[in-house]
Amino acid sequence: MDALLHQFFNLDIMARALPLVLQGLQQTVLLCLIVIPLGLIGGLIFALASLSSSLSVRWGMIVAIDFFRAVPPLVLLIFIYSGLPFAGIRLSPLAAVALAFFLNTSSYYGEIYRAGIESVGRGQWDAARSTGLSAFHTLASVVLPQAIRNVLPDLVSNTVEVVKLTSIASVVALPELLYSADMARSLTFNASPIVLAAAIYLVMLWPVVRLISRLERRMAS
Amino acid sequence: MNAFLETFFKPNLIAQYLPSILRGVVTTIEIAFAVVVTGLVLGLLLAIIRSFQIKPVNALIVIFVDMFRALPPLVIVLLVYFGLPNVGISIPSFAVLWLVLSLVLAAFAEEIFWAGILSVPKGQWEAARSTGLTFLATLGYIVLPQAVRLTVPPITNRTVAITKNTALGMVIGVPEILNQATSAQSFSGNATPLMMGALAYIVLFIPVVALGRFLETRFAWRRG
Amino acid sequence: MQLTLPVTEPILRVRALRKSFGATEVLRGIDLKVDAQELVFIIGPSGSGKSTLLRCCNRLEEPTSGAVHLGGVDLMARGTDINAMRRKIGMVFQSFNLYPHMTALGNVTLALRKVAGKSRAEADTLGMAALDRVGLAAKAKSYSSELSGGQQQRVAIARALALEPTVMLFDEPTSALDPELVGSVLAVMRELKAAGMTMLVVSHEMRFARDAADRVIFMDHGVIVEEGAPAELFGAPKEPRTRAFIAELTR
Repeated sequence: MDALLHQFFNLDIMARALPLVLQGLQQTVLLCLIVIPLGLIGGLIFALASLSSSLSVRWGMIVAIDFFRAVPPLVLLIFIYSGLPFAGIRLSPLAAVALAFFLNTSSYYGEIYRAGIESVGRGQWDAARSTGLSAFHTLASVVLPQAIRNVLPDLVSNTVEVVKLTSIASVVALPELLYSADMARSLTFNASPIVLAAAIYLVMLWPVVRLISRLERRMAS
Repeated sequence: MNAFLETFFKPNLIAQYLPSILRGVVTTIEIAFAVVVTGLVLGLLLAIIRSFQIKPVNALIVIFVDMFRALPPLVIVLLVYFGLPNVGISIPSFAVLWLVLSLVLAAFAEEIFWAGILSVPKGQWEAARSTGLTFLATLGYIVLPQAVRLTVPPITNRTVAITKNTALGMVIGVPEILNQATSAQSFSGNATPLMMGALAYIVLFIPVVALGRFLETRFAWRRG
Repeated sequence: MQLTLPVTEPILRVRALRKSFGATEVLRGIDLKVDAQELVFIIGPSGSGKSTLLRCCNRLEEPTSGAVHLGGVDLMARGTDINAMRRKIGMVFQSFNLYPHMTALGNVTLALRKVAGKSRAEADTLGMAALDRVGLAAKAKSYSSELSGGQQQRVAIARALALEPTVMLFDEPTSALDPELVGSVLAVMRELKAAGMTMLVVSHEMRFARDAADRVIFMDHGVIVEEGAPAELFGAPKEPRTRAFIAELTR
């Protein structure tokens, strides 16, 4: 029992690791502020493209979305970071993470948006267009607002997944939360810094997870 | 074009490293399969226990589930992998990966199964109990069959997502696909093994995603 | 399970039953008995506690205090096997509550197989007999989504009948049905009465009550206000509240 506390809940080591870990948290927050908007906007583009009237664009988009949902994000990231340099494209850890996340999360957000748009009845589109509204305005003022409201729990749920996903950036040595905590672990030979990082993730995400559970239950009934 | 092929599809490297990548594929499949079985069974068990409505037990289940849904899997993997040896418990890295991913899947699955159980109308419970069926018999013959059908789409989605996390095994040295691919890439100084690894994942997961879609349509059943 | 009773003991006896949901007291001391082969009808405004009373009789609701005896056996006693007792009490719900993932025959035979320990062959025979009694033997292989409301309710009756209960409880059996389907269900209930089934019915079907009931009970705000033979209660109600309710209904 004592060994457990010492190895995982060593408050002294946590205190010493705190500055480093907080810096990592800062990087994580920054990373989230970059990749979440990127994904939300990218997803919208993917979704609209996959509903395009042009058959080739539609098929191309569906293939791309399925591709980026089938490949694990870590594999995509490693490929971009370690593989592309062989083709002459060398990206910084941050750029590699941003690109990998953009491709991966846009595909997931894209599927959610698409489900949302399809859930808004065709009648809404017809009604708006028959009053003379352009396609763009119909989309922006009539269809999308309803679509997004319908899939809001899924969007929130996916955003939580994206925040958790930022931890894989540690594998390409981006100094975010997990990387910093792991660095502290290797310096102290003690796992407490990682417990500290876990606690920070919990503080950030536990309330949202509770909220999602409640929303999921309401939607199921 | 030639340079592209040389960089990503060099034939002699493909031949040289194919066995290694295939070994990685086998490892990935084994771990993914084990994770799916233990994760879903545990998740269902937890949902069933939760239906007994014993308050302190339920609180524990909710805490467990919330934690494993809020924490990034990689954090839990590193915690278990680096922490346990120092308290005297040493388990091989593939076991760490299997354990962590199973618990994560169980947590998500429990919530999905629980939502399914809750969405079966109360009248079904009442009708069954009023004919003298016990609580467990009602659960087994009436409630769960209806609940599980509702849960097939979200369960398959979540299961596919979590099995892709087997790639995280690379970080702790599990000889799955990504690990084999990146080792081979360092040895050979060429990106071909990486491309092989990526393709292996695609080949593996496209049938899985297709199976998921098939299950979703087969289990879409209208309520009476 | 054989219930042996002295001839004068009622099949169902409710004593001083009280039920509260949180701070709201829904049943305020109900005393009621149903003798063998009687059809007792309960009427009253919504919120009077009629459904709650019925549901207490097979412990779907746990009474706050008071007693319910089936054939002399105390349902609330700690040693009582409630699952075994419930097989003796048939319940029919307003919303039918058929199991959608099973055929009509499956619905009827489930409890026979899992609780009464019958083999599949025995259960199917008994099940088909019950379905035949309600006129739906032809629909044995149908699912609830393929049946009309009236047919679903009759299957629900068969489901309760198959267990050969000593008393049947009906909670607004026709309230969820389209008017033209009500008749088929009432016909089944009349047949049950003629065959000597003991029945406790909560319903608004006044004509049925006049024709078939042995006793009518009027409930309001959790108490029994008045009870008597249909002719008395409908023709010459004693209590003002009863009079007001009957007048309201026959308007």
